[in-house]
Amino acid sequence: MKKTFKLIDLDCANCARKMEDAIKKLDGVSDATVSFLTQKMTVEADDGRFDEIMQKVVKCCKKVEPDCQIVLK
Amino acid sequence: MTRKEKKALTRILAAGALLIAVSIWKPTGYIALAAYLAPYAIVGWDVLWKAVRNIAHGQVFDENFLMALATVGALALGEYAEAVGVMLFYQVGELFQTHAVGKSRQSIAQLMDIRPDEASVLRDGAYVTVDPEEVAVGDVIRIKPGEKVPLDGRVLTGASTLDTAALTGESVPRSVGEGDEIVSGCVNLSGLITVEVTKPFGESTVSKILELVENAASKKARAENFITRFARVYTPAVVIGAAALAVIPPLFVGGWAGWIRRALIFLVISCPCALVISIPLAFFGGIGGASRRGILVKGGNYLEQLAKVETVVFDKTGTLTKGVFQVSEIRPADGVTEGELLESAALAEVYSDHPIAQSIRRAYGREVDRDRVSDVKETAGEGVTVAADGQTLAAGNEKLMAALGLTAQAGDDVGTVVHVARAGRYLGRIVISDQVKDSAPGAIAALKERGIRTVMLTGDGKAVGEAVAAKLGLDEVHAQLLPGDKVDRVEALLAKKSPKAALAYVGDGVNDAPVLSRADVGVAMGAMGSDAALEAADVVLMDDDLMKLAAAMDVAKKCSRIVVENIVFALGVKGLFLILGALGLANMWEAVFADVGVAVIAILNSGRMLRGR
Repeated sequence: MKKTFKLIDLDCANCARKMEDAIKKLDGVSDATVSFLTQKMTVEADDGRFDEIMQKVVKCCKKVEPDCQIVLK
Repeated sequence: MTRKEKKALTRILAAGALLIAVSIWKPTGYIALAAYLAPYAIVGWDVLWKAVRNIAHGQVFDENFLMALATVGALALGEYAEAVGVMLFYQVGELFQTHAVGKSRQSIAQLMDIRPDEASVLRDGAYVTVDPEEVAVGDVIRIKPGEKVPLDGRVLTGASTLDTAALTGESVPRSVGEGDEIVSGCVNLSGLITVEVTKPFGESTVSKILELVENAASKKARAENFITRFARVYTPAVVIGAAALAVIPPLFVGGWAGWIRRALIFLVISCPCALVISIPLAFFGGIGGASRRGILVKGGNYLEQLAKVETVVFDKTGTLTKGVFQVSEIRPADGVTEGELLESAALAEVYSDHPIAQSIRRAYGREVDRDRVSDVKETAGEGVTVAADGQTLAAGNEKLMAALGLTAQAGDDVGTVVHVARAGRYLGRIVISDQVKDSAPGAIAALKERGIRTVMLTGDGKAVGEAVAAKLGLDEVHAQLLPGDKVDRVEALLAKKSPKAALAYVGDGVNDAPVLSRADVGVAMGAMGSDAALEAADVVLMDDDLMKLAAAMDVAKKCSRIVVENIVFALGVKGLFLILGALGLANMWEAVFADVGVAVIAILNSGRMLRGR
């Protein structure tokens, strides 16, 4: 499953790159992109565990760039 | 400016004023340190805080850490003014970057401002305004002049002209009337129309396009991936270099302070931000700029490929030609007028729905009185005979003429030939062929000007294919191909091209999906309203104008050039300052310029993609 999320206060391109790297390494995530320009994040992960994985993604982003918030709908 | 940016600006101005005041005052000793620490704290506290926080999170080597280390180092060496200045300059750069990138983002958002906000839908006899997502297929919506068409549908009542510029880049408005299909994202210009919705909002043209452009940012070009990989090794490498510079030389030659200063300069230069921002920005701007002209590029990678295209392979029908049959020649026999020939043909074909019959009737131009015609007899593979005004009329191929005992005129016609006879007399022949698109000759010429090889593939016969190819001046033509053969041909052409170049295939996206995906860049034409084309292709030309192809390549080339410029410029300047810094020839002010200045210039350069033609 592939889902796109809005990001708030992502203000550094290098951080976006690092977030992307970190999310890609998470277990269960098959692909991820963090676009600094569109301020959006796309995560592709296992269907069954998606919500669980997203929680990890949020934690992971908090670690890399504490200012940036992910809008989970 | 956003509130955040204003706050940053206020801090910079306050710290700047304080710094000037302190430099005029020229205090000494500990008073000096305290005096300089005030502006330093004002402008740099968040950088220090973030550096500490990120290290606690296991994130070393980020720009906050580098700036904090460099400025604290400078303070420790007693270079107070430098420390404050570097931090100040860094913040100015950051502010500028945020502002410039925000601006670019905004202007792209404006470009893509085709999302309709509301729809006026008929509910229980009255029109109510709702979110387009709440409108179902079969609902009736009303669109006033000046409003955006919110959903795809068919016009029920009224007539108007639509501005399709946001979708196609075409500035000439399109007129629509009852029964016409219209697509969302256009703007209604003149009349009030009611429309029956044919697609839910999620599947409407406007949603598809927006989704496509937004997803484009996630398909990264090779240059972008290169920068990502580069940034991963670059910053740690420079920091290690700085550490080595601070420790190793002084062990042998002494002079710790001087070497540490050089190491700090290394740190200031080490942020890869200029590249990390400006390269995706260039691609993003290119995709945005292209979409404004009705060219949808599905990813930075395709924009990159498009710039390298050396061979363009065209499908014939529907791409180079209109895919509509038209009477191209009327050749009456001796003693027969053109009008007579055409009228007889139109009478003979009056009951037929065949595309060829339709094109003859269209060429005739007047309504044919069906009561004049009786005894219609169609012979498959030959043609049709009818009785009209008491005479026998026949229209068909040579076989039909032979069956009537007549000799058909022969010619080197390109297309389908219909022979006509009346009351046992041969009247002449009508040639029907597919018409070359008006934009095709110019487009082919434009590609040739750019040194691109053009190839045409067609399922049609050799004579037709070669005639079209000759008319347009194509370099190569392959005719009589079955759909499966097209893939093989493209494979063969792919094998022949030089390894660094790319091959583009241009089709209508309807039945050539396998070929579109096999080519380096699959381009689909005339996609407004065609889902198949939107999905199958990498690049989508929203209308039928082939000239857009050359325009798309120009955008791609410009984008590639800017990317290369930025990479060379940023790495060049940074490399130079690393060397100067190591040799002790650059001071910290210059190092900050090398970092922030380069980022600003690279961003401005990328910003060019958003402007102009």
